[in-house]
Amino acid sequence: MHALLDISTLHYLVLGAALFLLGVIGVLTRRNVVIVLMSIELILNAVNLNLVAFSRYWQGIHGASALHGQVFAIFVITDAAAEAAVGLGILIAFFRNKETVNVDEVNLLKW
Amino acid sequence: MHDLVQYILSYLDSDKTPGAAGNIFWAVVYVLLVFVGLSIAVIAMNWLERKILAHMQVRLGPMRVGPHGLLQPIADALKLLLKEDIIPDGADKIVFWVAPFIVVLAAFTVFVVVPFGPTHAITDMNIGILFMLGVSSLAVLGIVTAGWASNSHYPLIGALRSSAQMVSYEVAMGLAVVSAVMMTSLSEQGGTLSMIGIVQAQQQQEVWFLFKFFPLGVIAFGIFAIAMVAETNRAPFDLPEAESELTAGFHTEYSGFRWSLFFLAEYSAMIAVSSIAVTLWLGGWLRPFPNALSGSTWDLAFSLIPGLTFLFFAAICFYNTARMPKHPLFKIQTIGLAGFGAVLGLVGLLLFVPAVRVRVNDIFWFSAKVAGFMYLYIWYRGTFPRYRFDQLMKVGWKVLLPTGLALLVCTAVVGMRSEVWANVVVPMWFGLMDLLRRIF
Amino acid sequence: MNPVTANPPVATPFFFYLLATVMIVGGILVITRKNAVHSAMALITTLLAQAALYLMLYAPFVAGVQIILYAGGIMVLFLFVIMLISIERAAKERQFNRQWLVGIAAATGLGGLLIAVYTTTTKGAVLFPQGNVSYVESQNTQAIAALLFDRMTGTYMFAFEIASLLLLVAIIGAVVMAKKRI
Repeated sequence: MHALLDISTLHYLVLGAALFLLGVIGVLTRRNVVIVLMSIELILNAVNLNLVAFSRYWQGIHGASALHGQVFAIFVITDAAAEAAVGLGILIAFFRNKETVNVDEVNLLKW
Repeated sequence: MHDLVQYILSYLDSDKTPGAAGNIFWAVVYVLLVFVGLSIAVIAMNWLERKILAHMQVRLGPMRVGPHGLLQPIADALKLLLKEDIIPDGADKIVFWVAPFIVVLAAFTVFVVVPFGPTHAITDMNIGILFMLGVSSLAVLGIVTAGWASNSHYPLIGALRSSAQMVSYEVAMGLAVVSAVMMTSLSEQGGTLSMIGIVQAQQQQEVWFLFKFFPLGVIAFGIFAIAMVAETNRAPFDLPEAESELTAGFHTEYSGFRWSLFFLAEYSAMIAVSSIAVTLWLGGWLRPFPNALSGSTWDLAFSLIPGLTFLFFAAICFYNTARMPKHPLFKIQTIGLAGFGAVLGLVGLLLFVPAVRVRVNDIFWFSAKVAGFMYLYIWYRGTFPRYRFDQLMKVGWKVLLPTGLALLVCTAVVGMRSEVWANVVVPMWFGLMDLLRRIF
Repeated sequence: MNPVTANPPVATPFFFYLLATVMIVGGILVITRKNAVHSAMALITTLLAQAALYLMLYAPFVAGVQIILYAGGIMVLFLFVIMLISIERAAKERQFNRQWLVGIAAATGLGGLLIAVYTTTTKGAVLFPQGNVSYVESQNTQAIAALLFDRMTGTYMFAFEIASLLLLVAIIGAVVMAKKRI
């Protein structure tokens, strides 16, 4: 009980792992491309949570300016924005050709 | 019990905001005060907009409901609350219901960091201005979902246009804000994003950022002033919600209480972005001329102005009471107006008491500046014709954005004059000489 | 109640579990809703709860960036695209693909691996014990700026410039992808 109430780094890691798993399930099982992209954003968020939790842990050891995890998280958010923009651009181009948003229908190169 | 009283009283002689001091009781009190103040401000804005717009158009505006239409906002609110709540057929019920709340939440949460004085804010976040810009960008989500959930053409087009406009002008706003925040880094406690820190930087550098590095401060303020009008979908950028264009845009299908939520959120957003402009460029809670006219006599003279303002309003009320028609049917209105004037006069007299005067001074100057901005909003609505949508987007991307970027670079260069020469120009010169020596 | 001391955290377990519940429920709603707009709104809730968790981890700048970029930028982009491509037809089709069982089995395997890692204890010590942390929130932005830009301590300046180049490439890529005629 005490371990449950005393919030430590491990709590944040477990929460990050749970979100990561939800994102992975979303990517592997959904047919709608937009929802797959949103699951990828969930995965990136879980990773960010891990990074910031570790940055807090590192601050406890190395002093108040050991914020490398937070800087990394900022870069991950920037990359997620770039990737979402390009991914949605691809989606729009694809939708214009095929009129559908199902991943299963992306099979033009199938033998 | 005694601990509780001690907890409540221990904040009173602290020099931090309740959030920074960790005092929950006073934080909740401040939240309630801001909420009530904001509601009163929105109601007053409704009345002021109709009266001022009317007087600009050489007519009188609402005169019937209360004396000079003073009870008109209450009548409007009652009507909206009692109207039938219509949900269009085929609309997504959950999203339709949630959308106004997103906009209202975004517009109200912004006020957590607005500084009415050096300790008169709910909390002073380290990222104050970033928080305000971010949360006000959440309103776009509410508008987009409102338009989509209505399951109808005009709201969808209006929502897409409105959100495209808001997103475009957020970029220009951000650049102007960054240019102002850069000026805070020239004060001795370093640069800061916190709202209270920005005003204290202006106090410490003894100049409002509006006048700093003239004309760079003024241009930054001008960019922000234009972008904030576009951000809140007000005239002359109100194409997405103009009645002659898109039959009220994204809130076409909303009636009654839900529409009043959108309207509440629009006015709160106006007050919020005006607070940002006042804090960043106009010195926040500082009185005019804090350094040119300093000294205790000038301080005393300026601290009498709040009381004098309310007495002036009371005098206007009494003058209009005397001008009321002398007919028995007007008796209630005359008494009402005289009573309102008496209340204003009492508030004015209360503001002369030194204990109250000292505490209210900062809040008064901040509110007076924001009120000036509100008047400007109404003036724009009464004066300018509407921008067409493509002209609107052109102004946002092709005029404001390049100007903002150039301004940013110029502010950075001017702010670091000596260091730019020593750290950029001289090494570049030596590097160029070195390169030429290697080549030849 | 204690007299006011220097910013002790208030009710941390309560807020952590509340925000964790919101995030997990939001995540489950994201991957199970038929309607993409409902998924997007659940994702927005998750992102905002994540920003609040960042605030609890004393990372206010990352929280601000999350609200502005993720919730206020990326999700607006998602909602725009969802509304521009008419997605009602997709909501009536089958939602989960044929290998959903394999997917869930793989995810469960990964979850088991993570649980095994997190519950190992070496010599009885718990993983990542919390050190003595000082509550520094008022200089967070300045410290991040020092890591990014300062001449002496700034180790991430190059990464910053590369990130801006990446954003430029992404802008050009998105414009080229979504144009009607190249």
